Amino acid sequence: MTRSQALLNWIDERFPLTKLWKEHLSEYYAPKNFNFWYYFGSLALLVLVLQIVTGIFLTMNYKPDAAQAFGSVEYIMRDVPGGWLIRYMHSTGASMFFVVVYLHMFRALLYGSHRKPRELIWVLGVMIYLCLMAEAFFGYLLPWGQMSYWGAQVIVNLFGAVPIIGEDLAVWIRGDYVVSDATLNRFFAFHVIAIPLVLLGLVVAHIIALHEVGSNNPDGIEIKKTKDANGKPLDGIPFHPYYTVKDMVGVVVFLAVFSFIIFFAPEMGGYFLEYNNFVPADPLKTPTHIAPVWYFTPYYAMLRAVPAFLGSQFWGVLVMGAAVLIFFLLPWLDRSPVKSIRYRGPYYKIALTVFVISFLVLGWLGVKPTDFLGKIGGMDTAVILARLFTLVYFLFFLLMPWYSRIDSHKPEPKRLTH
Amino acid sequence: MRIETMIRLSFLLFLLLPAAVQAASEEVMLDRAPIDIRDAASIQRGAQVFVNYCLNCHSAQYMRYNRLTDLGLSEQQIRDNLMFATAKVGDTMTVAMPAHAAAQWFGAAPPDLSVIARARGADWLYTYLRGYYRDEARPTGWNNIAFPSVGMPHVLWELQGQQVLQVSEREGPHGKEEVRSLVLETPGSMSPTEYNRLVADLVNYLVFMGEPVRAQRAQMGYMVLLGLAVLFVLVYLLKKDYWKDVH
Repeated sequence: MTRSQALLNWIDERFPLTKLWKEHLSEYYAPKNFNFWYYFGSLALLVLVLQIVTGIFLTMNYKPDAAQAFGSVEYIMRDVPGGWLIRYMHSTGASMFFVVVYLHMFRALLYGSHRKPRELIWVLGVMIYLCLMAEAFFGYLLPWGQMSYWGAQVIVNLFGAVPIIGEDLAVWIRGDYVVSDATLNRFFAFHVIAIPLVLLGLVVAHIIALHEVGSNNPDGIEIKKTKDANGKPLDGIPFHPYYTVKDMVGVVVFLAVFSFIIFFAPEMGGYFLEYNNFVPADPLKTPTHIAPVWYFTPYYAMLRAVPAFLGSQFWGVLVMGAAVLIFFLLPWLDRSPVKSIRYRGPYYKIALTVFVISFLVLGWLGVKPTDFLGKIGGMDTAVILARLFTLVYFLFFLLMPWYSRIDSHKPEPKRLTH
Repeated sequence: MRIETMIRLSFLLFLLLPAAVQAASEEVMLDRAPIDIRDAASIQRGAQVFVNYCLNCHSAQYMRYNRLTDLGLSEQQIRDNLMFATAKVGDTMTVAMPAHAAAQWFGAAPPDLSVIARARGADWLYTYLRGYYRDEARPTGWNNIAFPSVGMPHVLWELQGQQVLQVSEREGPHGKEEVRSLVLETPGSMSPTEYNRLVADLVNYLVFMGEPVRAQRAQMGYMVLLGLAVLFVLVYLLKKDYWKDVH
């Protein structure tokens, strides 16, 4: 027995190192036909690590103080060695996190990865998505620019729209009557420790649940149904080394896109770093046009689309909240006997296409001021469009039990195809 | 799988779509600023204009004088030619004018200009600095085509001269439309071409000051992408080799 083997034995008697390695990597059997869409899970994990590491270094130089925050970011950009790179990695990472997570979620809709028996993986995933939104929202206040400040003001005011307790609730969240130093300090606490802790726990749970059930695949069939004499799935391959080397290809391509943005277009035309955020926060000067960062704009468009009712904006807030929370129900709304889009009928294909279009159009409308398309019959065209697509967005979910049941489908294969 | 390929391609196209939305620009047509951030001589000239004309009222509190060494200047050259307000070359570009007094004189405190180019964009600055015209209705006697009712008087007027605003009407596609143009009434000490060059240099400097690392970052970017391209070939071959027995 070699010395390293002896050391491993010593550890294994005290900690299940080899067992964990086998269960999650070398003997975790994944379907052999993962395609393009299956890169985004591991990429999300990569971005999470990047955000945590760059975040730690930013925290070393950032000052969560209303008088110093904006200056400390510029200090990082100019005087901290490599600070500009760390900062751009973090700001670009925030947007790229949402890019990969949106594509990861879309993959589930394509191949039915949220369907039985993977409902809990999906539910945990939506919780991760919620955490990510909270993390992004809290983090966006920290540079203390005009958009940081007024974006936070707008979102916290949403809580003020809650009937009866609203005003007190908003004050409780801000810790002040306006967004101020107190708000910045608590948002900093949420951003650097509270939310990341929850996020990490959820990610671990997401992966444990996945490895318990096994990965879905582009055919949407269970590879565990056909096993060889040793009890290994015939269409499965060990995650390590097969998918570790394959994901490395994905990682390098992702890093190329990521680096291109960081080194050549860190502002991404004002979408990743908003121009107005280079103006220090000024509580006395409201910008004429306040837009959240692109990954929130579909929901922001919905918020603006809902008219005030009984003198309250609360309905818009409700609709926006419902639009996010409705994702939780997805595994139980889908009644199709098959999972993958490859074997589903035209209704689901049309519904999914229309849903993606409505999400993109809402995202686009949320970036723009409400009057940018002119008026039809005295109403802003953009608002009419936003209402229409908000309706389409919800119909995708609400009508799903109906159209997914009556939809035609092709027979699923017994074994994986390609 | 054709459908899947099409979905994938349309998604990638969407990601490449983002077009510029500069928040600061209103309804004014902006002139494109003829600047080149690799032109160190132009940025040096711009720095000279900046310290002579802007740095009396506007600070650049995040910009250190010795950062100008990035442009190939020595610390001695910076001390001799560009430093009037402070003694140490490692100091930031601050001003002596108190902000509250400035607010009283001009209606608003002159903003810090460290990152003004990132907030407003080079084109807006180029248009703005050439867009002053006489307007007796304003307390300073000056107005600006890019920044209506601006608080700052025209600091560079001796160089540019005095412009006036001419408003004429023209038949447009949507009926009568207003055409606003600036006409040079009293020439300054510089010709319009010389003045445009001076403003371009100044804007070039402001862009440099907004992000001094910019030129370096692009340079690094090529190296990183090159490294990743090599790495891609390696990991791709590795993957191919491992996967040759998977069918």
